[in-house]
Amino acid sequence: MAACMLSFYHMPEETIASFSVRRLAVLDEKGNIDESLMPPLSDGEIKRLYETMVLARTFDQRALSLQREGRIGTYAPIAGQEATQVGSALALEKSDWVFPTFRENGVYIAVGHPPHMILQYWGGDERGLKIAEDLHIFPVSIPVGTHIPHAVGAAMAAKYRGDKIGVIAYFGDGGTSEGDFHEALNFAGVFKAPVVFICENNQWAISVPREKQTAAKTIAQKAVAYGFEGIQIDGNDIFAVYKATKDALAKAKRGDGPTLIESYTYRMSDHTTADDASRYRTKEEVEAWLPKDPILRVKLFMEKKGLWSDEYQKDLEAKTKAAVDEAERKAEAVEHAGPRDMFAYTYGKITGRQRKELEDF
Amino acid sequence: MPQLNMVQAINLALREEMERDGDVVVLGEDVGKNGGVFRITEGLQTQFGPERVMDTPLAESGIVGASIGMAAYGLKPVAEIQFLGFIYPAVDQISNHAARLRSRSRGRYTCPLVIRTPYGAGIRAPEHHSESCEAIFCHMPGIKVVMPSSPYYAKGLLLSSIRDPDPVIFLESTRLYRLMKEDVPEGEYVVPLEQARVVQEGKDVTVISWGFMLHRTLQAVEGFDAEVIDLMTLNPFDEETVYKSVRKTGRVVIVCEAPKTGSFASELSASLAEEMMLHLKAPIARVASYDVVLPLPKLEDYYMPGTERIRKALAEAMKY
Repeated sequence: MAACMLSFYHMPEETIASFSVRRLAVLDEKGNIDESLMPPLSDGEIKRLYETMVLARTFDQRALSLQREGRIGTYAPIAGQEATQVGSALALEKSDWVFPTFRENGVYIAVGHPPHMILQYWGGDERGLKIAEDLHIFPVSIPVGTHIPHAVGAAMAAKYRGDKIGVIAYFGDGGTSEGDFHEALNFAGVFKAPVVFICENNQWAISVPREKQTAAKTIAQKAVAYGFEGIQIDGNDIFAVYKATKDALAKAKRGDGPTLIESYTYRMSDHTTADDASRYRTKEEVEAWLPKDPILRVKLFMEKKGLWSDEYQKDLEAKTKAAVDEAERKAEAVEHAGPRDMFAYTYGKITGRQRKELEDF
Repeated sequence: MPQLNMVQAINLALREEMERDGDVVVLGEDVGKNGGVFRITEGLQTQFGPERVMDTPLAESGIVGASIGMAAYGLKPVAEIQFLGFIYPAVDQISNHAARLRSRSRGRYTCPLVIRTPYGAGIRAPEHHSESCEAIFCHMPGIKVVMPSSPYYAKGLLLSSIRDPDPVIFLESTRLYRLMKEDVPEGEYVVPLEQARVVQEGKDVTVISWGFMLHRTLQAVEGFDAEVIDLMTLNPFDEETVYKSVRKTGRVVIVCEAPKTGSFASELSASLAEEMMLHLKAPIARVASYDVVLPLPKLEDYYMPGTERIRKALAEAMKY
């Protein structure tokens, strides 16, 4: 009888990839911080973070009233997201580039785009998005998610030129369902682009809650699939936002590639002034987020540090109100552009047909 | 002077412009190591390196989206979309961003970007490899659409397109790539955008065409005293050259490869009806592909305008 020719091989299944996601929080709701995680910030810088958040909120409330009075058009409020926007924007250097969505008024204010121009834009005048030459922030992008590849392209261009800059792209939890989010992260991973993706996970994409946007436990983990790190942070904790953004920008500038930051926060207002959130979420849910307020906890922290007093607050509110009054006054005093303006920027040079069309005016 | 086909002419244009201008980068699917599926970018990665001639992931929207960011940053990206039939995922980027960035930012940011893509039927390719949907991009204010008809013009127009401050869709006929060779000078020469050219003068009828259809047109006009215009830039198109010719001949036939309804021939026809009606002796004729889904190769020849259909339209116009 022939010997048995069969051999038995042992081919065990093995785990070839696994992942974990870090979560960062520095400042709690009561104003306590973890000293070991606290980014190095001077008292002046802490005040600046706080004061910019107060300005962003005051501006936001004013914009809502102006919309209700019919003095500006549809407006996308930022309430609840001040820490995410201000903390990340103030972690930028002047030479860094920023690609916002339509809900980043806190970012525009923090990087120094004049508030009256932001109002001018929401009032229906594109000239409000004419960014100063020394600022590198893109104009508002309304289509969800499609601006994210622009940030990656700018980062690739900076890398090609050898410019040591970082780029931030902002987007919401809804934006992570768009194909362009995935294409952008994939490009960023492949080309090791110096870009930081900041997902403002505010739990709602108009009426669709975060858990219906993706079956993944976190948004941060989506970075893993594209070959780089994703981290979740307490998005209502400005110190965590600041630290995570600073670290990610430093990593990008070192040549170590992109990072996805999921900033876990909450949209306290409606999607826009054209929306009524009470149709799809409960008052209780919104109220549960009130104690987590991003401004309140910095105030408590500053109070403990002796940086905050009633007088300081009164003073700050008066200053802030004056700044927003001034923005409102300036926005409304802007002279009407006239029809020529819409022809002037379609192409670098006006076309023959456009010239004829202009004769209508 | 070297005799080059269109592939070689475009390759030469890219090579020379990259030598001249360090801001010009090339990106797309298979454009690097493989030199592109039609070999348009052959040798560029070897000469300029992978940082400048980038093989990208297979994602059209990502390619155009990243190119917009590069252009806004100050580079002059030349992106390749492998076939026009696959450009649709990127149309959002082209229409919503490339076309609008200058306007949205009131001139603060611009988008000096070229998107090169092969178009057109006639090379016996599978579905989606033969489209001629140029009119879609002509309906996007802010975008320029350029369609060269020969190697010489391809080089000169591509150089102009790369140097143009606005986004340009540069459509290259696959049928023309290796169809003919002609003298293509090395070194600096440009063919300006937004200008049509009179390919041959004539008295009786104006025939307007672009891209590959120009060649069919030139064959078809034999025996007619026809003035043939190569439009070259579709949007914004050269109204002056077109109207001047029609004023002279009083008859016009427009030949295009796209299906008739909503084609750029329709825009020309409407413009001529508005502006030239009183100079016309005969109805404006459009010779276009049929309003059907583009067939696979076996039926392709029935689909696109051939010389017979063009001649028929010419003869019809001459009855008036």
